[in-house]
Amino acid sequence: MTTTLDTPSTPGHPAGGGRSPLSGFPGNRPIGLRPVDHLDLLEAHAVFILREVAAECERPVLLFSGGKDSAVLLRLAEKAFRPGRLPFPVMHVDTGHNFPEVLDFRDRRIEEMGEELLVASVQDAIDAGRVADPGPNGMRNRLQTTALLDAIRAHEFDACIGGARRDEDKARAKERVLSFRDSFGQWDPKQQRPELWQLYSGTVRPGESLRAFPLSDWTELDIWQYIAREQLALPSIYFAHRRPVIERGGMLLAASSWVSAGPGETARDETVRFRTVGDATCTGAILSEATTVAQIIRETAASRVSERGATRADDRLSETSMEDRKREGYF
Amino acid sequence: MDLLRFAAVGSVDDGKSTLIGRLLHDTKQLFDDQLEAVEAASRRRGVDGIDLSFVTDGLRAEREQGITIDVAYRYAATPTRKFVIADCPGHVQYTRNMATGASTADLALVVVDAPKGLREQTRRHVCIAALLGVRHLVVAANKMDRVGWDETAYRAVVEEMAHLASRLGLATCVVIPVSALHGDNVAVRGGSAPWYGGPTVLEALEAAPSGAWAGAHGDHRGSLARLPVQWVLRRPGGGRSYAGMVNGGSFRLGDRVVVLPGGQTSTVSGLRTVDTPMEEAPVGLSVSLDLADDLDVSRGDLVAGVAGAPEVVTELTATVCWFAARPLAVGDQYRVKHTTRVTPGRVTSVDRRLDVNDLRLDDARSLGENDIGTVTIEVASPLAVDPYRRNRITGSFVLIDPVTNATVAAGMVGLPELAAPDPGT
Repeated sequence: MTTTLDTPSTPGHPAGGGRSPLSGFPGNRPIGLRPVDHLDLLEAHAVFILREVAAECERPVLLFSGGKDSAVLLRLAEKAFRPGRLPFPVMHVDTGHNFPEVLDFRDRRIEEMGEELLVASVQDAIDAGRVADPGPNGMRNRLQTTALLDAIRAHEFDACIGGARRDEDKARAKERVLSFRDSFGQWDPKQQRPELWQLYSGTVRPGESLRAFPLSDWTELDIWQYIAREQLALPSIYFAHRRPVIERGGMLLAASSWVSAGPGETARDETVRFRTVGDATCTGAILSEATTVAQIIRETAASRVSERGATRADDRLSETSMEDRKREGYF
Repeated sequence: MDLLRFAAVGSVDDGKSTLIGRLLHDTKQLFDDQLEAVEAASRRRGVDGIDLSFVTDGLRAEREQGITIDVAYRYAATPTRKFVIADCPGHVQYTRNMATGASTADLALVVVDAPKGLREQTRRHVCIAALLGVRHLVVAANKMDRVGWDETAYRAVVEEMAHLASRLGLATCVVIPVSALHGDNVAVRGGSAPWYGGPTVLEALEAAPSGAWAGAHGDHRGSLARLPVQWVLRRPGGGRSYAGMVNGGSFRLGDRVVVLPGGQTSTVSGLRTVDTPMEEAPVGLSVSLDLADDLDVSRGDLVAGVAGAPEVVTELTATVCWFAARPLAVGDQYRVKHTTRVTPGRVTSVDRRLDVNDLRLDDARSLGENDIGTVTIEVASPLAVDPYRRNRITGSFVLIDPVTNATVAAGMVGLPELAAPDPGT
């Protein structure tokens, strides 16, 4: 394997440095000067899936949260369709409880790419009375389903391209690359379409839709190795920094206007980074001194706790939290 | 480091998920929190100790029933090799999901309940895996602890598997006596089988020939240059590039190529892996390709080297695995998806059905759910196809129901090749 692991990365450096779409991407020593490695094959497969979805579906949309997986996904979409424009809009399902660093990164990246960003807002769904506000310290992750399904209906999307990986969760491990959802957005794990070779079938009837997962076969380590190779910019909260945190249910939640110390809790300063980025009320930080991608890769390779196990309160609610959310129409 | 994709196959209840869970557990591929969750789930169901099948059986219905419904994909790495593991369901009702898992596998890990011997479903899975292009088997003769590591139980599996493998023309078949429950001969040596001197399951997986699928999407040794066009990229200042994955051989600048099914010829004048110019585009990469001549090329066309270009056909003679409850019969119309082209197709004949117990092709008029058989299909627009045994991508297709959009069959161009039975068996 010839992946460069020690590419330096500056946390929060200007995303992509304003390259024009034609000036090429960094980090790609041409094939021919080095052997084809596993990242090349993962990239090739993901680009293939993106092109199939764009060709087979009428109105796809790419979901972009500003997190590391969707940053990789967006880069792969550029690779699939440049020098043309992306053949689909980019959409963020915003819980209203997002880290400002992440929203900042999201907006910068989209502007630099010159693409269109749609925002499906959980706050709007709450304000419109479509869902109840879980209140202060309440988790909003599950509420994303309503905002997502509303946006699918409003824009008549027939495919949502997301950055989910099969190594994240035992229900995701069972899901197809193109995951069929009925007109209520539901996943039925007993009725998945056979998906042989690389023949992805993207046809649905009106009202039905697909979730498309080009990163299905990537692991957390693959993502970080690819970020290193491509020198991808990320929100600064992925790198070690000092911040006030509150320990709750074995997790370190960032103290914020949505998460405040309850009875018996106190906020304390720690050096932390985030392994995953989601709604601030249910995404935990981990203690870490890693300030570069290379250091994160070393920590990831040695970690004894899974990415979501370390950091996601929403997965701890029951044995089958992710499956249950997907049955309701989640990503 | 190379990559091996393998599928765990075999009959229901023979212990596939337990074996995969054991393999992951004993090679320290499970995170602490995942192991704790499996332990907690085991306790909740009153299991004495830990039920390692819960590592991959992650769905509510799977844990309720103690069966696997759909393929679970797991990713593992040892110091020498990366693995993509497809833990397939054994239940006959979910054969379509097993075929999904095996379609991208280089090797099948066949799990057999050794005390009970091979069952019809074991044979069906081995037949499907072989038809799908798997050439190497690692067979776990499981539950050896239940018969006190009796060598005769193991020998019976060896004999039956050797016979099956030779009839199906498989390249290698290693049979290992194991107890997935106790972890004997899975990742570490164990059990009481002084008569066995072969590898553990892990050693056999690490020693198996490297991944033809993962590295090449088809056995590329000697395969010819193929690129199904996925998408046309328009270049600023004029000119078009044809984007797609190299699904056979390789393309070099200056190569003479033919665009099928139209048959126009041209020369490769540019190659890029997405953005970086290259001299040669190897198999397995997504690239864009420029042609020296201004031709009408669109999605669904196939760019191939002029030498040994695939055949253009309007009738497919193929082997299919049928997945729908409704039988496949003459006159039925489906959408045929072959590479990046979709065209209507009509079944013009159903010829044979494979008897998986006797490995015999019988005359047939229709195929029932989970049957394997041979058919001819007339297609509305011509397709450029290779025999499946020469190329797993340009030789494969699926049939899609035009009303429900369900995928109802996996198809492989060409007829199954069965060796004659050994005299005396």
